Amino acid sequence: MLAHTLLFYFFSTVAVFSSLMVILSRNTVYSVFFLILVFVSISILFIMIGAEFLGMVMLIVYVGAVAVLFLFVVMMLNVAEKKNQKIVNKGLINNISVGSIVGLIIFFELLVVIGGWKYKGDFVSLSSISINDELTNTHALGNVLYTDYIHLFQIAGMILLVAMIGAITLTFKKRENIKKQNYFDQIGRDKESAVSLVEVESGKGVKIDD
Amino acid sequence: MNYLNIFFSEFYKIIFLLLPVLVSVALIVWLDRRVWAFVQKRRGPNVVGPFGLLQTLADALKYIFKEIIIPASSNKVIFILAPIITLTLSLIAWAVIPFNEVMVLSNINVGILYLFAVSSLGVYGIIMAGWASNSKYPFLGAIRSAAQMVSYEVSIGIIIINVLLCVGSLNLSQIVLAQKDIWFIFPLFPMFVIFFISILAETNRPPFDLPEAESELVAGYQTEYSGMMYAMFWLGEYANILLLCALGSILFLGGWQSPIDIYPLTILPGVFWMIFKIVILFILVSLVKAIVPRYRFDQLMRLGWKIFLPFSLIWLVITASFLFFLDLLPT
Repeated sequence: MLAHTLLFYFFSTVAVFSSLMVILSRNTVYSVFFLILVFVSISILFIMIGAEFLGMVMLIVYVGAVAVLFLFVVMMLNVAEKKNQKIVNKGLINNISVGSIVGLIIFFELLVVIGGWKYKGDFVSLSSISINDELTNTHALGNVLYTDYIHLFQIAGMILLVAMIGAITLTFKKRENIKKQNYFDQIGRDKESAVSLVEVESGKGVKIDD
Repeated sequence: MNYLNIFFSEFYKIIFLLLPVLVSVALIVWLDRRVWAFVQKRRGPNVVGPFGLLQTLADALKYIFKEIIIPASSNKVIFILAPIITLTLSLIAWAVIPFNEVMVLSNINVGILYLFAVSSLGVYGIIMAGWASNSKYPFLGAIRSAAQMVSYEVSIGIIIINVLLCVGSLNLSQIVLAQKDIWFIFPLFPMFVIFFISILAETNRPPFDLPEAESELVAGYQTEYSGMMYAMFWLGEYANILLLCALGSILFLGGWQSPIDIYPLTILPGVFWMIFKIVILFILVSLVKAIVPRYRFDQLMRLGWKIFLPFSLIWLVITASFLFFLDLLPT
């Protein structure tokens, strides 16, 4: 038990420290790396409480896909490290006021959710979910997600799909005047259509259309 | 005292897993070069040691004694961290690979997810190397590599779901045991082909070695690396290829099980069959390197997103409905 407790405190300290570093570090690329560290340590915490499936999915989805895209965007935008610029500048008051309003709203929401958890009705009744010790984590989750909450689960999936298609349609641009390879034409070429014998008069070239 | 005992027993197990992996990486590099040379009617490395077996050791020694050069304009911490992360990630994944019924370092319930997670983290070593080098070619190589690995992971994930549907468990040993009657390569042959091609793309092997295409990008993300740090990338790459070959033999080729359950084949230990299958898959991988020209990047992306992804999705639906309507779903 002692080792478990020590490991818990170690990983939670790492998680808290690196989540602070996400917003404190000047270099945006470092911020993303610290964000990855947060994700990894949280997935380790998940595994330590026995939620192995959640921990692994956390690693696959957040670290393997989401954070890669973050890193991509940050590197591509090339937000240079601002060494000389001090934190104190004109927009400080503005930033602090907006930030604290958002922070207060989130804090209030968390308070409502966690406080309301105690008085929740039969909307989500934990007692109806039977937890079988012999089932693995994945089985148990699947049993709940695909039976009682199948509609909510499907709706969540649909929302994600719509968001994805929306992002694609917003950024999709039909580009004109570009050369494109038609793969079926390319594969369907034969000797007769591709090679032709041309008599070339000396001193004159041949015009080949491109 | 108890903790110390656990620590040391685990420590020995890890050492006895990692040493063979590292040695076999050295041998597999030799095998790769020999196969490549064989196809091109050359001899390949045959001077150092018997059949040139010690060639890789000689190369490694050379790398150790070379100077490590860190570019002045690079980001030093991340530059040094990148090869370390690549090598570490390719080695920790071996913890869940079962070599026979009992020979596995940790037999966890979500073994396949662990493997998938670790292989999806592998992209960080490359992005970090490309970004920290602070020069054109490494950065372009890293961007290409990241796009490529992320795209092909999607189809690998769906292929894994195909197999998992037939098994009903995420545990790697269970996956192997489920293939007692028939290896999954037979009912899921198209998936095996796609998986094999995705292995090539995921490990940046030819014909998908665009991140290090020497005619365009010098050496891609490895351009600025030298000495031991380059060797670490190189070790990590080959350990990764071996790992994905092991995954392929677990998912499709019945892992440690002998091809047919008859007397002379069953006296051979499971470890032998496992290693045999990994080597066969690896020889296929290196044959591809010798006989196929490099893809263009748009062709690579098209293959991943427009052909492999829809095809494996359709196959997933077919597998699921087949299992459902014939009442073959594992409980």
